[in-house]
Amino acid sequence: MDEFTPRIVAFCCSNCAAAAATIADGLQHVLPENVKIIQVPCTGRIEVLHLLKPFEEGADGVYVAGCQEDSCRYTSGISKAARRVAHVQKILEEIAIEPERIAVFNVSAGMGHAFTEIAREMTRKVREIGPIQA
Amino acid sequence: MIIAEAKPNSELLEMVSDCSKVLVVGCKGCVTVCNVGGAKEVGVLAATLKIARRRQGRTIAVDEVTLERQCDPEYVDEIKDRIGDYDAVISIACGVGPQFLSERYPSARVFPGVNTKFMGGAVAHGVWEERCAGCGQCVIHNFGGICPIARCSKSLQNGPCGGSDHGKCEISKDVDCIWDVIVRKMMSQGRLDELLKFRPPKSWTTSRDGGPRKMIREELRI
Ligand code: SF4
Ligand code: SF4
Repeated sequence: MDEFTPRIVAFCCSNCAAAAATIADGLQHVLPENVKIIQVPCTGRIEVLHLLKPFEEGADGVYVAGCQEDSCRYTSGISKAARRVAHVQKILEEIAIEPERIAVFNVSAGMGHAFTEIAREMTRKVREIGPIQA
Repeated sequence: MIIAEAKPNSELLEMVSDCSKVLVVGCKGCVTVCNVGGAKEVGVLAATLKIARRRQGRTIAVDEVTLERQCDPEYVDEIKDRIGDYDAVISIACGVGPQFLSERYPSARVFPGVNTKFMGGAVAHGVWEERCAGCGQCVIHNFGGICPIARCSKSLQNGPCGGSDHGKCEISKDVDCIWDVIVRKMMSQGRLDELLKFRPPKSWTTSRDGGPRKMIREELRI
């Protein structure tokens, strides 16, 4: 049987995560193909609806990669994003979907390796949970 | 404004379990301002229903509309040509909205998508507090501009009860004793003696005790 490849959407802050992605690229730490990146100027702008849309469109997992809590480019963007991710987890739970399908990660611009590792980690986790539609 | 909170999605999902085409109706009034029933939340609920159905291996068509207000017939009228297309309508306005919809469209199945909580305002982003209980005869000027009916747990109008504890209400350490606040406010204005003035008991006939309320203003009728 073919192994299930989860479709994952990653919202990445252009100040840290996207910079880390560029470094990762340079280091030839290749991002898994099943992870689609959406770059945003600040993760604080990501709303609940943005986080739900990928699930509606067929994604199996979603994550936000933004700054470290104490060094956010716009002070509190990533903590706002974390609260919205938590809210989406609550919504998912209410409709009997595993809340672990959405997560938030903190990275910094220099963490090229960590950036690809997060993508792989999320892929592993969602693969374990399985597709949304049984 | 009227403050409401979203019903759990599990409850909404159950309501429309036998429906395949649903209209979610928002309102641009109070519920938009308290972030529970405006165009954004209509979008969130529509997406949530679709994701839930995807999980179940079923599909659901969910259309979205946000009316100027759901408590005025002319705006409720705006969906008259399409309401017949749906198995169910979820209104995420305050409790008035779904009732105005069901009255205007007697054959539609209308569900309330929010729980209407109270009349109040935002004291911080994401934090709302009750301020008025709609008693029908405002008396806050007698209490330093603070309403003891909505804000004292016992709606006392003649001073604090014995449970007032260092400025907190006996029901919870998180709730201010509003009588403590009233007394301090009157003291700061040098008007504490006004609280001693005799006032006849409040008539509750203007409140819910007088039955469902109705108001007619002849000068506005057409
Ligand atoms: S006195 Fe009555 S009308 Fe005035 S704020 Fe209190 S409940 Fe509302
Ligand atoms: S403690 Fe204060 S607010 Fe609470 S019931 Fe007594 S008087 Fe009212």
